[in-house]
Amino acid sequence: MREASRDRLKAFLTLLPSIILIGVFVYGFIGNTIWISMTDWGGDGALALEPEMEFVGLANYSDLFTGFLSSGFRQDLVNAVYYSVMLLAGAIGLGMFIAILLDQKPKGEDLLRTIFLYPMSLSFIVSGTIWRWLLAPQGGVNVLPTYVGLPPLTFQWTSSTKAVLEFNWQNLLQIFLYIAAFALIIIGLWVLKTRPHRAVKLWLGPGVVIGLFAWLGGSLLPQALFMEETHGFNLATLGIIMATVWQYAGYTMALYLAGFNGISQDLRDAAMLDGASTTAYYRHIAIPMLKPITISAVIILSHISLKMFDIIFAMTGPDNAQTGHPALSMYMTTFRANDFARGAAIAIVLFMVAAMFIVPYVVSQYRQRTRG
Amino acid sequence: MSKPSTATTSRFTVGSFLLYSSLFLLALFFLMPAYMAVITALKPPAEINLSTAWELPSKLHWSSFSDAFSLLKSNVVSSVILTVCATILSTVLGSLNGYVFSKWKFKGSEFIFTLFLFGMFIPYQVILIPLFQTLRAMNLYGGLPGLILAHVVYGLPITSLIFRNFYSQIPTALVESARLDGAGFFSIYTRIVFPLSIPGFVVTSLWQVTQIWNEFLWGICLTRHADNPITVGLAQLAGGQAVSWNLPMAGSLMAAAPVLAIYIFLGRYFIRGLLAGSVKE
Repeated sequence: MREASRDRLKAFLTLLPSIILIGVFVYGFIGNTIWISMTDWGGDGALALEPEMEFVGLANYSDLFTGFLSSGFRQDLVNAVYYSVMLLAGAIGLGMFIAILLDQKPKGEDLLRTIFLYPMSLSFIVSGTIWRWLLAPQGGVNVLPTYVGLPPLTFQWTSSTKAVLEFNWQNLLQIFLYIAAFALIIIGLWVLKTRPHRAVKLWLGPGVVIGLFAWLGGSLLPQALFMEETHGFNLATLGIIMATVWQYAGYTMALYLAGFNGISQDLRDAAMLDGASTTAYYRHIAIPMLKPITISAVIILSHISLKMFDIIFAMTGPDNAQTGHPALSMYMTTFRANDFARGAAIAIVLFMVAAMFIVPYVVSQYRQRTRG
Repeated sequence: MSKPSTATTSRFTVGSFLLYSSLFLLALFFLMPAYMAVITALKPPAEINLSTAWELPSKLHWSSFSDAFSLLKSNVVSSVILTVCATILSTVLGSLNGYVFSKWKFKGSEFIFTLFLFGMFIPYQVILIPLFQTLRAMNLYGGLPGLILAHVVYGLPITSLIFRNFYSQIPTALVESARLDGAGFFSIYTRIVFPLSIPGFVVTSLWQVTQIWNEFLWGICLTRHADNPITVGLAQLAGGQAVSWNLPMAGSLMAAAPVLAIYIFLGRYFIRGLLAGSVKE
């Protein structure tokens, strides 16, 4: 027994350096960044060894969201949201589609799998450099139609200044309420079948109330800005979204293919015997069974899209306002403009958005492990 | 040859036509950038032109590769040193952590493991400023040791996770019986667990090599020009205003080559690392 407890001590001591490193480099640093974001560290003496810093509370944040000169950041944030949503839809949709095709066991499956997955091994800088050349105005992808006798495309993939799906930032609060209502109703519909009472009481009811309030009382809500400021989905980001989907569709394909292979052949045969078509088999049996895979793909892709820096840097350079992203403006603000406090605030905003879905995911993983 | 004719005709149904034609089109889309990079890298600069970008070079022009290599040589050296050191350190530490997390669980070890995992998902922008400051205070800013330290620390969550999942496949009974025979914590590791870990080490180090070789944000924020890794070198090569595209394309192919080679020759392990990284348990 003595021996056993000494071994336990050795086990803990083995882990200790890593615990300290993670404690300092992850949690300590996050805390430090939160602190920096509440100071005024920046300007001329920013790089001094003992920089002068003063506590300013949430001033940096309120400036980012409502400050007169920070509309660039707000556009970046809007870009990031559209970018994440489109990347998720594109990479998961395309990846799932390819996985279903390959699940039919076509000839040359191995080779095809290799072709669809190779972009995943590339650095974002490499793929960004190549896609920049492919999406050059008057070149690359745009001249492809001429090879089948059509006129060339004229779309400005990474430099278009058009924006669609615009909204007024003044109504930020109202928009948040709409999003909250939408999310609550979706979750409510999700659990309606399994636990109808809970669904109505916890999700659907509050969702409808918040939605109605935002709709009817929206004009009574305080406005974020004193003047109109519209933001929308910049079409210039389409090129970057296309490149990222190209790079990540193979990843979701690999996830789904592993999942499809894990479903027993018996189940599939049984479904087919019952007269299910291939479409019905995937729609009602295979894809619902892979819900855990879909959830982890959503988590991982969202986290990747939020920290996305390299591919945007390589494709449009750091100074293109049209394709800006908070991950990029954080770097620019901190290391080019030496405005550390503001850079830290941008980083914390990114972190908060990421934490919204990472924390529940990690917690549920923890619960699963301790239960099992 | 002697198959009944119905079998051969049923193979060419509308369904399989759709299947193969969609796969063909998708494969073209996925190979398009690779094709473009290769042909552009092989063209002499004078032949590179937006309207003829898709056409094959009139004759192969290999000197772009040697030109790009001489420009990126110091970056390649930095990246090799960085990748080798950081991969070895982070896999060894990850293996020890995984051993503790799977075979020496203690009260709260699952909780600590969860705290580790969270570190894998944070956007690295959130730790960038303190990391920069700390490295500067430790006199590690600007060179490779600081970058290696960053890669080792932030690699710990994923390497511990992969090894933990890998070691949980080793039967606990094996460890128990070794304990009854009087083997201690370290002798169980060196005599039983470590010799069984080779596939785990392959998967984890391939994952780490890929991540570290491809990383850019820390490379550009934490190193000075002389120690820039390959990704930063490539970004500078491609970032100029009047670029002749043969050089960045040749540089891209060179920066991609090591990892592509791993992927092509050791694809099975690469994919296993990829799936392990998605926290599927």
